[in-house]
Amino acid sequence: MKKFINNNDDFLKESLSGFGKAHSDIINVNLDPSFVSRKNKTKNGKVSLISGGGSGHEPMHGGFVGHGMLDAACPGFVFSAPTPDQMQAAAEHVDSGAGVLFIVKNYSGDIMNFQMGAEMYSGKNDSIVTNDDVAVEDSTFTTGRRGVAATVLVEKIVGSLAENGGSLEECKKLGEKVNKNAGTMGVAFTSCTVPAAGKPTFDIGDDEMEFGVGIHGEPGRKREKIQASKTIVGNILEAILDNLKPEKNEKNLLFVNGMGGTPLTELYLVYEDACQILQSKGVQVTKSLVGNYCTSLEMQGASITLLKCDDEILKHWDSPVHTAAMRWGM
Amino acid sequence: MSVSFLISQAKSVQKVIDENSAEIEVLDQKIGDGDHIFNIQRGLKLVVELEDSIKDLPLAKALNMIAMKVLSGIGGSSGALFGTFFMTMAKSSDLDKDVDFNKACEMIISGIKAMKERGKADVGEKTMMDVLIPVSEKLNELKNESEFKSGLNEVIKIAEERMLSTKDMLATKGRASFLGERAKGHIDPGARSSQLIIDTICKSVINN
Repeated sequence: MKKFINNNDDFLKESLSGFGKAHSDIINVNLDPSFVSRKNKTKNGKVSLISGGGSGHEPMHGGFVGHGMLDAACPGFVFSAPTPDQMQAAAEHVDSGAGVLFIVKNYSGDIMNFQMGAEMYSGKNDSIVTNDDVAVEDSTFTTGRRGVAATVLVEKIVGSLAENGGSLEECKKLGEKVNKNAGTMGVAFTSCTVPAAGKPTFDIGDDEMEFGVGIHGEPGRKREKIQASKTIVGNILEAILDNLKPEKNEKNLLFVNGMGGTPLTELYLVYEDACQILQSKGVQVTKSLVGNYCTSLEMQGASITLLKCDDEILKHWDSPVHTAAMRWGM
Repeated sequence: MSVSFLISQAKSVQKVIDENSAEIEVLDQKIGDGDHIFNIQRGLKLVVELEDSIKDLPLAKALNMIAMKVLSGIGGSSGALFGTFFMTMAKSSDLDKDVDFNKACEMIISGIKAMKERGKADVGEKTMMDVLIPVSEKLNELKNESEFKSGLNEVIKIAEERMLSTKDMLATKGRASFLGERAKGHIDPGARSSQLIIDTICKSVINN
């Protein structure tokens, strides 16, 4: 393992402290319990959005705290759900009285810890669960689909509604709509290495890829020989389109997300391939996002998310945002 | 059950988990994401380090401190589930009186029931509950017996059989559920760590 690390016990704390210093104009970092919150207090009457999850997916979620997006984020240890006291402390810190909406990715540990945090918090609160990963079959009898990159889109779009005075119920409803309208699938070329483990999470050959990989290096649909980008992108889009079935006249947001170890040059190439394939299928792309937003440590690979957009979604996508990782319009 | 019993069990379990950590890590890397063993080890370390602050406390208070430490210090599914287990045990009535075998069984049974509700997982879903639920059922049969030590041998056996039975299961809950058929052929890491905990505590009770 080659990483910038002093000792494993301090890994997260040191990284969070640096994050706080680097973005001290917009956020504060609280340690013990750990949470990132906006530098400015949530204005009265504004619903607070709180997300969180295991670390290792940066900039998600701390990088999305700020105007127009989250009010707070609770980072757990690398790839481990945060603890209920973090959610409770974050909620107590940011709630202006209008209530708290927890945005949770669909993993058992996140669900349980957020539920306990919500039970421990005495203020009004509700939560939404994202589950956009089409690589996994959905079922009411199982844990279901994983929550992955579309969580970024949910946080941006619902963040805008909250900033513009949306109620807790309205924010929850819009979040659920965005989640339902989104589909994601990822592919990995290499594994990632959890610092505490010191070695790669999985073995993969130089000429292999994991198709449908999750954001923790957990296996996906199948292991395959690596192919040309156009073929990989075509296969990913096929799975997403099968699931989302966008209408011909519908507008879509195309999000190419890097897993942490793939350069932007390649991500833009993926975007180009995806645009061409979607165009040939008559799928309209009107909005775009390309970059490393929901990563898996240093894993090489990418995910593609397609989000079907109505006017409400488009409006809240375009509205101003100012966070460490996403900024436009202000 | 006493505070000193809890402390000594935590130390023994810590030793056994450390000895088997490589195996659990590999299991989790096959069907999970590799964090389970670190979470369990971190939790045990935190509980063992509580010794000085809890050793003179009444049982309910000590259990509560352990619960809060586990809940806030571990994270992941294990933190929520084991935190729920200790929190439920701490809420048992009459903890200021002597906690005999029968009472201890009842506490453990109610703790496991709360874990089942928190995790919404039942037997057959390839999780730690595949070990803990049958163990809880066996303890329910044993709790009124005066000669319970031989019964604990059966608990050890049940835990081992049920742990092994997760190997050929499809996972429907937890991280491994995302794998479908690919989860088959691997023992669930949570079932293995739970079985080791049960094994260690039962053996220690039998030998005392």
